[in-house]
Amino acid sequence: MQQAARSIRVPRKLQRSTCRLFHNSSSLGSSNPSGRTTSFGFKTVPEESKESLVKGVFDSVASKYDLMNDASSLGVHRLWKDSLIDTLKPGRKGPLRCIDVAGGTGDIALRILDHARENYADRETTVEIVDINAQMLKEGFTRFKKTMYHNTPQVSFHEGNAQELPPSQFKDDSYDLYTITFGIRNCTSIPAVLREAYRVLKPGATFACLEFSKVNNPLLSTLYDQYSFTVIPLLGTILAGDRDSYQYLVESIRKFPSQPEFAQMIRDAGFSTGGDFDGGAWTDLWGGIASIHTGVKV
Amino acid sequence: MSPACGSCRGIRGWGKVSNNTTVALGSSSSPGSLFYSINRKLHSAHSSTRPQPSYPGHIPLTPFENTFLAAGSALMSLIDTRRADMVAACGETTAGSTLVKLRDIVLESPEGRRILKERPRINSQTLDMEKLRSLPENTFGRAYIGWLDACKVTPDSREPVHYIDDPELAYVMQRYRETHDFYHALFGFKVSALPELALKAFEFTNLGFPMTALSLGASLRLKPPQRARLWTEFVPWALRCGSHARCLLTVYWEERWEQDLDEMKRELGVWDPPAGITIPRPSRIASL
Repeated sequence: MQQAARSIRVPRKLQRSTCRLFHNSSSLGSSNPSGRTTSFGFKTVPEESKESLVKGVFDSVASKYDLMNDASSLGVHRLWKDSLIDTLKPGRKGPLRCIDVAGGTGDIALRILDHARENYADRETTVEIVDINAQMLKEGFTRFKKTMYHNTPQVSFHEGNAQELPPSQFKDDSYDLYTITFGIRNCTSIPAVLREAYRVLKPGATFACLEFSKVNNPLLSTLYDQYSFTVIPLLGTILAGDRDSYQYLVESIRKFPSQPEFAQMIRDAGFSTGGDFDGGAWTDLWGGIASIHTGVKV
Repeated sequence: MSPACGSCRGIRGWGKVSNNTTVALGSSSSPGSLFYSINRKLHSAHSSTRPQPSYPGHIPLTPFENTFLAAGSALMSLIDTRRADMVAACGETTAGSTLVKLRDIVLESPEGRRILKERPRINSQTLDMEKLRSLPENTFGRAYIGWLDACKVTPDSREPVHYIDDPELAYVMQRYRETHDFYHALFGFKVSALPELALKAFEFTNLGFPMTALSLGASLRLKPPQRARLWTEFVPWALRCGSHARCLLTVYWEERWEQDLDEMKRELGVWDPPAGITIPRPSRIASL
């Protein structure tokens, strides 16, 4: 039935801009000022263009982001995020000033505030949600309007780049908790993000990152790969009308460093972590499909 | 009588009329799909078992993926009827042997052979709208442009074919999608739900795509009086007219702009549907 489809037969503008960015990146290879390249999924692109390519992806997926998370992980992402909050227990030692980076749609911020409120009757903890993508922030803002935190100082939304948080707005040594969930693999330079995290955290404060990681069990890994490369792009096609963005997302998971490598990068930024084993610097969830990395600024 | 195209010719082998060169279907495929097919080649071992795309925009699917997408797109088309891309995907994943039958029927007619050889495309670049507007009132070309204006649609933005593996069959599918509007113009069907479903019923009997039959399931979304009219008035018309008519994919519409509309209907073996879902014929209004 294409009756109403005719009036909106023009493909979604956002998707077209994503596609245009994808297409342009292949011609950008000839003009590459710094000469440095980075990965964009399985593709190699000039470093300068990754940010805009990722922006295109998230502009496109923003409106269906939460739906796709639920569909592609069969709701399991909620368990992982709950696990992260249980590990951190925000509010246990008093109100915290938190910064949730790449926090767009507000999943983690909401959990932090709810945990503090429900378990410790803490209404002083604040979360500043920072995201490079305005569309994702808009989704987060809309979600928070349905909660009791809307129009309170407990939550605020900021457009910003995790690699270069404006120092006037995000001062040195000012946060008790820095979280970044399923966002760091989309950044062009992970060390830059970690350096900024180190800068804005107070001494003694915690850095926590929940991210997709390497699955070591070969059987689980095979099943997981099959599922990722077969089902998830199709779910993207069916639910969001966008196969390419979800293809990028599953590919970017494979390009992310393994647990020990990422733990070393966290240490290189100046953090102190646990040992290089599961339960130390990181905690694997569901066999390593996701992993929580933590570090403390000394 | 076979449901497809009026007479049962069976699948006579024209041999492998395969086209190994990549087809210029990319002219209207989105750059995103182009990126995707380039990207496929840069892949790591993860999907090395997946075959390479055979034309720009081609997304090869494994049998499991095909079934998954068929079911998912059918469901999604029912849930959100504005998702033209899902209707398209459903059509492609459920086509099966229909395209082979249709391609063979097209090859059997001289006009059809010309279509397959020249592979014309229909979009606002290939159509000369001004010339069509200048044609006399009772011609097919004028009726088409009149229909476009009346229903406020453009010939652009048809979803390109992605999931058909053979490039020639993919063209046949693309041709079906692009000529769908000509079927609208031929009968003067409006673009709301009821006329679209009536046309889908016609297409099922004339062309045979399983998706067109499946789409009649969407009649559940119609209001009961409309649903009753669909099944009692328009589906019987569609069944009789569709099977009587010659296979409309063999029609080279672009050669027939100047043809008189009534004469064209007689030649193709079609007649007007029951009243109520068509736009008024300009010539009839002019003569009032």
